[in-house]
Amino acid sequence: MKQVFGRSPSLKDVQTHFCPGCHHGAVHRLVAEAMDEFAIRDRTIGCASVGCSVFLYGYFNIDVVESPHGRAPAVATGVKRARPDNIVFTYQGDGDLAAIGMSEIIHAANRGEDITVIFVNNTTYGMTGGQMAPTTMPGQKTSTSPYGRDINNDGAPFKMAELLSNLDGVAFSARVAVNNPRNVLAAKKLVKTAFRYQVEGRGFSFIEALAACPTNWGMQPLAANERVGSEMIPYFPLGVYKNTDNL
Amino acid sequence: MIGKQFVKGNEAVAMAAIKAGVRCYFGYPITPQSDIPEYLSRELPRNGGTFIQAESEIGAINMVLGASAAGLRAMTSSSGPGISLKQEGISYMAGSELPGVIVDIMRQGPGLGGIDASQADYYQATRGGGHGGYRIIVLAPGSVQEMYDLTMLAFDLSDLYRIPAMVLADSVLGQMKESITPNRRPVCALPPKDWAVRGWAEGSPQNVVKSLKLGDGEMEKFHWEMHARYQLLADRESRWEEYRTDDARLIVTAFGSTARISRTAVETARAAGMKVGLLRPITLVPFPKKIYADLSRRCKLFLDIELSTGQMIDDVRLSVERDTEVAFYGRPPGAGSLPTPEEIFEQIGKVYP
Ligand SMILES: Cc1ncc(C[n+]2csc(CCOP(=O)(O)OP(=O)(O)O)c2C)c(N)n1
Ligand code: SF4
Ligand SMILES: [Mg+2]
Repeated sequence: MKQVFGRSPSLKDVQTHFCPGCHHGAVHRLVAEAMDEFAIRDRTIGCASVGCSVFLYGYFNIDVVESPHGRAPAVATGVKRARPDNIVFTYQGDGDLAAIGMSEIIHAANRGEDITVIFVNNTTYGMTGGQMAPTTMPGQKTSTSPYGRDINNDGAPFKMAELLSNLDGVAFSARVAVNNPRNVLAAKKLVKTAFRYQVEGRGFSFIEALAACPTNWGMQPLAANERVGSEMIPYFPLGVYKNTDNL
Repeated sequence: MIGKQFVKGNEAVAMAAIKAGVRCYFGYPITPQSDIPEYLSRELPRNGGTFIQAESEIGAINMVLGASAAGLRAMTSSSGPGISLKQEGISYMAGSELPGVIVDIMRQGPGLGGIDASQADYYQATRGGGHGGYRIIVLAPGSVQEMYDLTMLAFDLSDLYRIPAMVLADSVLGQMKESITPNRRPVCALPPKDWAVRGWAEGSPQNVVKSLKLGDGEMEKFHWEMHARYQLLADRESRWEEYRTDDARLIVTAFGSTARISRTAVETARAAGMKVGLLRPITLVPFPKKIYADLSRRCKLFLDIELSTGQMIDDVRLSVERDTEVAFYGRPPGAGSLPTPEEIFEQIGKVYP
């Protein structure tokens, strides 16, 4: 019998600390499969960020550098410039990348650093207990927006995949979701594309993955998964925002 | 034969960095240290290295963190406001046991302050600067030649002990031109960087560079290990310069540019028949405590001179024998506040025992 589904060899055989229904695990898997696809696991270096994904080294069979909160794109710049033959990616949450680390991500992207950035947008600060993030949606209640995000007070959510696609240094930018099998399949393809760009030395590639955080949304896993489709995707449309394949 | 060269202190730092094998420089412009990135932007790419003008000092220090984690010699340089921004990254590097060289050409503060020479960042440099309770190696050159020599040493010590190292100077030393001998790098046996990330190949261990330590007792153990390493550093690497301390009744002590000025004052005092010497710490971390203790048994009095209201004096007081008197003369940094040799000679006269 042919095995059609198994653990990716780029992933460790361990239980994760993620809450039930959390989408971080699914995104980890897509990243691992991309490494498998190009057989680059043994030359990939991950730059972990500060957030629920801080334990990258515990889940992937790769070398990992920890970065201060928001600084992973700068750390990855240092790693990649030091070791241009390695594949280097960052894995960052929305608070990490789009609030405290906005400067680092914009400039790494604008320099066209030959790295891949995996950006997990769950519209909240997961690790610190569900505070408002730069991607929290208008009206969304969080522990620091108890009346709902007021865009007159807090500004509108950042749409990072669109924003970065405007920079000349960006070679590939796409937004994906993992809330249903169809989206997972599309996401799998695009995450692979993002890594392919780096394997081919094509410059900065960016994946924004919409993700559920049931715990901090105060929802059951299924309802949280629902919300990704019903609220997030209409506001943060999926798709490829920049693609330089035909250039 | 390596000939003499007439260069600025900042250029000497940059030249030495290349000689020491720096592969990556990341920095952000700030006076009075911009000659360093300017020199390296020109010379490093020609020497097979990478130069990036980062988006900020935060970006720069984190690039240093990344390049160092990948096993290369990396450095950054800045001054007061920029060094403040680097503290986050320096703390992470200390927590991750990463080497790396940070050059601090001190200017006045607090805040934007001004660009004149200052020694008021002594505390910031020697107390760790960032959060968490750590020390970095701090070397204080007193001449352009030492700007060169100590920059090379900073790379070696940093690699050897896996502690970030800082070269702490000020705008006088950075901007001053002197003739130097660009010495070869001294031989220093360094352990392989087998902890660096390079891709986890089959059969080798996974390398993770991190400061997160959540295991039971893990952080406590780390702190004690570092404590022991700081002690080792103090035992082996303390450096200082003595000038006519043998029979001195009064020992002037100062670091960096104030030590140069003090030396002239000491010479004047000697010419006037006073038994005065000079003790100049070259390593501020580790502070050369033992020599202070030893000399304090022989002399009557120390006179500490600083370009601040007094910071190093804390370390001097902690190092000398309990009943040794330590006098102080300081000028807080600012335009026109650099003391003259005559001024220091006058102070010597006032307290001479
Ligand atoms: C300088 C600094 N500020 C604040 C924190 C606290 N902190 C840890 S994780 C985090 C936010 C994480 O949110 P996000 O990046 O969205 O990741 P998620 O946990 O949602 O995946 C914050 C603010 C920190 N570690 N460092
Ligand atoms: S808090 Fe949210 S983001 Fe963090 S592990 Fe739980 S569900 Fe995932
Ligand atoms: Mg988040």
